[in-house]
Parts: sequence; structure tokens; C-alpha cells
Amino acid sequence: MDITPFLVMKGITKSFPGVKALQNVNFSLLAGEVHFLLGENGAGKSTLMKVLSGVYKEDAGEVWIQGELVDISSPKKAAFHGIGIIHQEMNLVPELSVWENIYLGRELTDRLGFVNAKVMQRQTALLLAKLGSDIDPADTVANLSIGEQQMVEIAKALSIETKILIMDEPTAALTERETEKLFEIIRQLAASGVGIVYISHRMEELFVLSNRVTVLRDGTYVGTVETKATNFDDLIKMMVGRDMTTRFPKQVTQIGPEVLRVEGLSRHNELENISFSVRAGEILGIAGLMGAGRTEVGRAIFGADPIDKGDIFIDGQKCTINSPADAIRAGIGFITEDRKHQGLVLTMSVGENMSLASLASFCEQGFIKEDAESKMIAGNIEQLNIRTPDADQLVKNLSGGNQQKVVIAKWLATHPKVLIMDEPTRGVDVGAKAEIYNIMNMLTAAGVGIVMISSELPEILGMSDSVLIMSRGRISGQMLVAEATQEKVMAYAAGGE
Amino acid sequence: MSEKKQQKFVLIRKMGPLLGLILLALVLTILSDRFLTVNNLLNVTRQISINAIISVGMTLVILTGGIDLSVGSIVALTGSITAGLLVGGQALLTSVLIGMMVGALLGLCNGLLITRAEIPPFIATLGTMTAARGFTLVYTEGRPITGMGESFRFLGGGYIAGIPVPVILMVIIFALAYIVLKRNRLGRYIYAIGGNEEAARLSGINTKKILLSVYVLGGLLAGFSGIIMASRLNSAQPTAGVSFELDAIAAVVLGGTSLSGGVGTIGGTLIGALIIGILDNGLNLLNVSSFYQQVAKGFVILLAVFLDKKRR
Repeated sequence: MDITPFLVMKGITKSFPGVKALQNVNFSLLAGEVHFLLGENGAGKSTLMKVLSGVYKEDAGEVWIQGELVDISSPKKAAFHGIGIIHQEMNLVPELSVWENIYLGRELTDRLGFVNAKVMQRQTALLLAKLGSDIDPADTVANLSIGEQQMVEIAKALSIETKILIMDEPTAALTERETEKLFEIIRQLAASGVGIVYISHRMEELFVLSNRVTVLRDGTYVGTVETKATNFDDLIKMMVGRDMTTRFPKQVTQIGPEVLRVEGLSRHNELENISFSVRAGEILGIAGLMGAGRTEVGRAIFGADPIDKGDIFIDGQKCTINSPADAIRAGIGFITEDRKHQGLVLTMSVGENMSLASLASFCEQGFIKEDAESKMIAGNIEQLNIRTPDADQLVKNLSGGNQQKVVIAKWLATHPKVLIMDEPTRGVDVGAKAEIYNIMNMLTAAGVGIVMISSELPEILGMSDSVLIMSRGRISGQMLVAEATQEKVMAYAAGGE
Repeated sequence: MSEKKQQKFVLIRKMGPLLGLILLALVLTILSDRFLTVNNLLNVTRQISINAIISVGMTLVILTGGIDLSVGSIVALTGSITAGLLVGGQALLTSVLIGMMVGALLGLCNGLLITRAEIPPFIATLGTMTAARGFTLVYTEGRPITGMGESFRFLGGGYIAGIPVPVILMVIIFALAYIVLKRNRLGRYIYAIGGNEEAARLSGINTKKILLSVYVLGGLLAGFSGIIMASRLNSAQPTAGVSFELDAIAAVVLGGTSLSGGVGTIGGTLIGALIIGILDNGLNLLNVSSFYQQVAKGFVILLAVFLDKKRR
């Protein structure tokens, strides 16, 4: 390993309207190292990597590669300097074949300008062979498993002369075996001199894989350390700026009678025989890998997707739920994982969003009683500490954390007995996270049963009373939080033995 | 952008169409001494009333993020059916009500095609537009219907206290639409669906039912306009209402309503309809040939939408 940094980013600053996403951040990468980028959601990891890959242009700062100041203000320029990125969300076109995806936008052509399919297929096969994969280059991407698609993404990133490879949560959707294979490839790549920037929430991967770690917090640079010279607790401290104990302000509440029971919930190809129950004041955490069917369980209970089989009981009473409206009537609320596309109406105000699910209760013969509505809105803004100039502010102008609190307020206004929270703190800064946990405490104290779906294991372990683990559309494990460890949960999540 | 600057922007955005209307009126007042007279202004408002009433329905549809191309054909069909019933000796009220019901029924077809068959609004209403025009030709055998009797003329040609009846109807319909959009649950839901249909559905709103009622209202209002038009012309033309959908869409867009849904006001649509009406009227007063009038109208629409985009 060469010790003069291959890449140096100096004083990178980037703002978005209302948010300072990055403030004077430094980062360096050696050729042949695996460098972990660590930080909570909203710490600026993805933004920094988007600057590096030319998606965002920094407001201030410099990028040096091999001792030369470079311009990487567009993805094309970044690619020219050998920077490749594998995004968290897959960026493949599912309808096209593997080789078509790999050469998308830079197809090889013959002298007449016709696409040279044969050559590209052969190159793709070579590339995949180098990665130890036996995927057929002619296969349609939609037919591949998530792990195989990931492999195609990697092949795509390597199909150009890549010197810096950025991987954003590459194992989020992989099984244990696929993960091991990926690690092997990463080690191979590093050995061949590629510098790898690796973003992941999984601390155990950090210790297995990385040479160095850089920690970001709230858009600022905290520090860079050698992996060998650090440990779990120190890194957590760097990440959150305080001790782990205050991260999850879980309050133990009196757990009451059962409020929700699900029996034999099934949906073709998605869910198989899901049964569980939640009691008043309890937080049931649902863990599992991406695509394990956690969100689908929430949607099925809430009537957002039709189910083939299964019964839902609220307070012991069987409920027929065919639509979200039915679910709300039965006393179920659902905070979706995708705030912008499913949770909020961005063209509407803070107040209008808050009353959307409970508007009927503020109406007389269809006409809105504005006094009652404003009272509820003002009360929630105060109680949940939502930072907005006023209730008429467009909700899109609020920060992620405050938007999430608006979504929570929307459901509080329906007075739910059961609240399903899908990734309740995704894309929310550290301060707002703690506030959301406190709101959950407030709800459980009031006797609401909470189903919390989360990809963040610490959150599951820190806030739940009991944990349910899903794998491939089934429940693969269930335990009280006192018995749960990261390793146990991961083992069940990976396949459930 | 600072808070203050943003608020200023919102204000300009809201006032833009009105400023355009005032500017247009000022220019015409200077260019023609016949423009700013009570008679001419009453005339303009009566001329726009039919397009304006259709535009109310179109505003609701566009606010949900949809579009309704069938309104022009509905105008022709309902006008013809009402006229045909009257000529056939049916009572006035019966004929008018049946005509309006036909409009609502076609709107219901649109709504069902969009919400149940999940055909995109553009295609669904294009189909209805073509079929309804065909029905009109079949019903009228391609000939105008006349001789509906004197009592029918009041709706389109009468006056109450010196004000044309269609203008009074237009004002009432705008007032009702304003109240619904501002204070009624239906209005709030229309904005929510246009802003984010999935979020609206997941908030327990029966989005299909709301969409259905919006298209029914659109058809009903277009049907009503068709009857007013047949009354005013004292004949029902099988080719009536051709390209009315475009005038209605233009009025809505000129009024600042976003074609992607969720943003817009009914007041803006009234201003949009007035801009189109006054532009036509002014160009007439200035003796501009009707061919050039079309060109001018096209440019005004493009300019307005362009400025709107710039402002955003």
C-alpha cells in the first residue's frame, strides 16, 4: 500500500436550501485501501460521495487526485478520473440484458455505427468471470436475484478503468453467502490497487474489511482513524458525539392487553403465513434484510395491498380491512418508509398534511371546521416541537426530521391504537432521532402498540420490547429484546437457521 | 432563498395572472375607445361564460393531476339531446335535466375508465371525446336542430336586472366551486390527490371515489354549457364545441394551475378565461383577422406558461 494519498478532498462544503449538508469536510484515500465512511443517517456520507462522483458540485473545497487539482463537477468528469460508484438503490434498467446495462450510454459500435453486440457480450463475460460470477451476459436483469444484480453493478463500475470505487450500503440486500463473496471481491480489488470507499451501517463489516475509518457527524468531519487502533465504543462515540446510553432513551412502560393480532397473513410471492401480536404499550421491532417483506407486512395490515389470506384482530375483534380507510377506522396508523412519495403531500402546507388522515373528524356535513382543525394543528406543532414558521408553511420547506414529525402528527390526530412505523428515523438528523424516540415513549405510555420496522439494528435493539425477524417473506425468528444480540438477529435475517 | 424573498415570490406567483389581465385591459383601453364600455364588457363576459363554466370542471380535473379532452364533444351531445327532446315536445325542465344527466353520465364513463380500467386520463377522455362526437352525429344525423321554442331561449339569451343569464350562472358556479375548494373536505382531497395520490390513499382517502366525482362534475358542467350554448344560438349544432377542451385547458393554465396537479385556484381560472375572452374581443375591435387571432392566442398561452415556469 502506497502511503501518499491517491485522493485528497479538502474543506468540502455543500449546502442545500435550509441545510448545511457538508461543512469543511476532509477525506483522503490511499490506493489499495478499503476506507469506511461512517456516520448516522444525515451525517453527510452520501452527499460527500455524490460530490466525489460528480453528482453534486461542492460550494467550496478542493479535490486532488495523485497530487493534481482536478475538476469532477459532472459524473462524466468523475468517471474520466477513474471514479466509479455503486449506488444504494440499484441503477440498472430491469428490462435490458446484463451486457446492455453494462455498456449503457457508451455502446461499442463498428465502423458503420452499428452496435457491436458480440464484442460487448464477450467483454461482459470476461468481466463477470474475473469477479468469479457465472451470470449469463445475455440474461435480462429483471430475472436476476438482488445479489446477482449487485454483481452486475460492480461489473459495470469496473468496466471502465476504475481507480476509486465507492460502494454505498452494498450488502443491505445480500444474503450471508453473497456478502462473503462480495468481501472476497473487494479484497481482490484492493490488492490490485483500487481504492475503495465503503459506506455501511454494519459495524461488524467495518472490522472485517477496512483499513481506515472516517467518521462524519451532522455534516462535519470528526476524524479518521486506523481500524486496528480503534474499537466499537470509540467509533460510536465519534459518530453520535456522546455515549451510547443516551442514544435510545427507551422507557419501560406498563405493557397492557393485546391490541393487534395478525394470523396467517399471506400474499402471493411476498408474505407467507405471518402471525404475531402486539400489546398496548409495547414496541415490536421487525428486523430483516432489504426485500425480506417487512414493509409488505405493514402495507398488508394497513390495507394498502390486498392479501390472499389471513386475519387481523384489533382489541380481540376481527376486522375486515380492504383499504387504508378501513384500517384507520379500525385504529391502525401507518408511517411509511418513503416520506416524500408516500407520507406527505409536498404541495400542501404543514397543517393540511397533519389533518389529512383525520379530516372527517373536523368536518360537519363535509365542511371543515377550521377552528377545531387549527387547534389540533397548533397543539401538535407544540407537543412534537415541530420547527416551522407557521402551520401554513409548505411542508416541503421543512427539514427531514420536522417533516417526519408532521407525518407522526398526522397519525396522532387519528388517535390510533396501533401505529406501524416503517423506518421511523430514516433520513433524520441525530437530534430529531432522539425526539422521535421520545415521541414513541410518549405513545407507548399512552397505551399505543407500536410496530417498528427498521433496517438499523441498534435502533431495533435499543427501542423494542420484542423483536421479530423476517427472511424471504416469512418470520424466521422471534425473541424478547433481552435475549437479542446483533449476531443472533443477523443470523435469522440471513436465512433463519 | 430567504424567507422574505420567498414570500414575495409566492405573492407574485399568485398575482401574476391578474397583473396580466390588467395589463391587457389597459393596452386595449388605449388602443380602442370601444373597449372600456359597459356594453362591450357585458358582451365579453357573456362570451366567456360558456368556456368559463367548462373551465371550472377542467380546473377540478387538472387539480387532481388529470385532464379531460371530452368536454367539447359533451357540449355538442347534450346540446343536441336537449334540443331534440324539446323539438319532440318534452317539457323544458325535463329536457334540460336529461341533457345535464347525459353530460354527467359521460363524465362517469371517463371516471370509471380512469379509476377502474386504469386508463390514463388523456387516453380515456380522448376515447370519450371521439365516441361522444360520433353519438352526436348519429343523433342529429349530421344536421343542426332548430325550433326549440321561445321559452328555451332565456337560459342563454335572457337578462336578469340587465345582466345576461349565462353570466349570472357562471358567477354562481364559480362561487360554489370556490367554496368547495376552500372550505369543503372534497376540495381538500382534490388538492391532496393532485399533490400526491399515493400519500392521499395511504391517508385513508377514497381516491377513486373522489376522482370519479371530479370527472362527473366535469361532464355535468360541460353538459350544462352545451345546453346554454344551444339556447343562446337557438340551435344545436352537431359540430358545436370543437376544440372547447383546448380553450378550457388554456384558461386553467393561464390562471396559474399546474398541469401536474395539486396547485392552483378557481379564481385564477376565471382570470384565465377573461384573458382569453378579452384577447379575442380586443383583436376583433382592432379588426385583426380571425386567422391572426388564433396565432396571437397561441403565443399568449405559450408566453403565460413560460413566465409561470420562470417564476417557479
